[in-house]
Amino acid sequence: MRLALEGSQALARAVALCRPQVVAAYPITPQTHIVENIAKLVADGRLDCDFVSVESEHSAASVALGAACAGSRAYTASSSQGILLMSEVLYDIAGLRVPMVMTCANRAVSAPLSIWNDHQDAMALRDSGWIQLYCADNQEAIDTTIQAFRLAESLELPVMVCVDGFALTHTLEGLELPSQEAVDAFLPPYRFSRALDSTQPLSIGTLVSPDHFTEARASHHHALLQGLSQIVALDAAWQQITGRACGGLVEVRGEPEAKIGILTLGSVLGTLEDAMETYAEVPRARLIKLRAFRPFPAEALRQACAGLDTLIVFERAFSPGGGGIVATEVKAALYGQAMPRVVSFAAGLGGRDIPLDAYPRLIEAAAEDGGDFRFFDLKPDQLPEGGF
Amino acid sequence: MLEIRIHGRGGQGNVMAAYLLASAAIDQGRQAQAFPSFGAERRGAPVTAFVRIADRPIRRRCQVQQPDFLIVQDAALLHVPGVTAGLKPGGAILSDGVADAGIEAQLGCPVVWLPATRLALEHLGKPVPNTALMAAFLSLTGILPVTALIKALGGRFKGDLLERNQRLIEAAAAQVPAGLWQEAAHAARA
Repeated sequence: MRLALEGSQALARAVALCRPQVVAAYPITPQTHIVENIAKLVADGRLDCDFVSVESEHSAASVALGAACAGSRAYTASSSQGILLMSEVLYDIAGLRVPMVMTCANRAVSAPLSIWNDHQDAMALRDSGWIQLYCADNQEAIDTTIQAFRLAESLELPVMVCVDGFALTHTLEGLELPSQEAVDAFLPPYRFSRALDSTQPLSIGTLVSPDHFTEARASHHHALLQGLSQIVALDAAWQQITGRACGGLVEVRGEPEAKIGILTLGSVLGTLEDAMETYAEVPRARLIKLRAFRPFPAEALRQACAGLDTLIVFERAFSPGGGGIVATEVKAALYGQAMPRVVSFAAGLGGRDIPLDAYPRLIEAAAEDGGDFRFFDLKPDQLPEGGF
Repeated sequence: MLEIRIHGRGGQGNVMAAYLLASAAIDQGRQAQAFPSFGAERRGAPVTAFVRIADRPIRRRCQVQQPDFLIVQDAALLHVPGVTAGLKPGGAILSDGVADAGIEAQLGCPVVWLPATRLALEHLGKPVPNTALMAAFLSLTGILPVTALIKALGGRFKGDLLERNQRLIEAAAAQVPAGLWQEAAHAARA
């Protein structure tokens, strides 16, 4: 049955269906409604879980880490500055190979201060060793969150589920929540192989000498790469149960045979899909949805991009002084084969709306010669006099 | 697809209004989407919320730039530049307050006035115009039965507050010409 739910409310219910034992969180816009709703489920006796209100995001991640090390199924959520304040602990969680799930309600990073959506926060954690999955809509956010717990626990790696702030977290729509039985069948009770046990003392996080550090890091890298097949397998297993899949690593939509492609992450995909119908006179594009950013699905991307003349990478973050973050990685993945021309755009920064007519303007702009990396919808009249 | 933009001020229940309308539509088996565009998060600041209602899945996530209808919770906002921007030809405005011919002439599009804040004060004792305006909007367009709104409210309120809201909804729906915008609403759905 479809329920009218705000994205955050649905996410809280999805997390509860996964029976977490410890949730530690500190509120930050636009993540707040997620943890507020989880706290309410706990307070109302609908979720048997320790909800730990902490004094900072650093503590939220630390409490979740401790709980997970002790063998609990743990969850946290944050955004923007909160993700950055957690970052020291997030590297630890990943490096210690401790499974847990975190929702990143994606928001721009200060300064300038912005509460609105872009992907700069998650991208800043690109190299932390967490799996990163991006959700195109709220149904995917529900389904991916549930898949994420099993993914985390099967690989002993943490998973960050990236959900666009406001565009998804604050949007109410009709959503399917799976039954508790379906989730229980998919996600067995959690047993951590290295759970701390006072009868068998064990030290974790100790100093690692140069003799072993490279091997520890290489093992971590290898585990993430193993995640590529596991992400696909779990999405397929979820589809068996619910009839819904989220697109595995990379999903091709729109016009699969088109010679022009647009690669996106997150919720802008649906706007582009609708826009292709509204602007029927504009050539249709192959829409490439990058769901898994870490591990990076280079082979799946090569397949998705085969035969393209032009690939537009349309991303909600960039590396100042560098350019497109995802675009750079996509180019590296495509290097050495018949390569399309790759045009990189930073778009929708700090919550700037990406309207329907972005589609024809994007197709037109990509045909022009404007450099490898550009800002979409840059307003020249809002720049200092005389331009940059 | 029917696209609605709600303008109000922080504290007037703008987002709640949008959520209620979309919830009522979903409950009636329709596809719907509602979301806010927050500015500064404080009481009194202008807030915009959006609602889309359709018969097939709604994929777009962009703001409503060309609404079929505007719902304005504070008539003073009609003087703010940009509030009526993009209103589709044939579109109309439902506003809190009493008829103001001057502003109507300035806007150049039909306005239906409802003293929603006054009605809310009478029935709820609080100056929250949102449920009254949603009820009037359903009555004007006929897109959903007014009872669907009461049902959606039942998901959030109960007891005395729900009953008061129910009386408010019935009173508000009766104060506007039922079906006046039915044709425009129907055309937008195509």
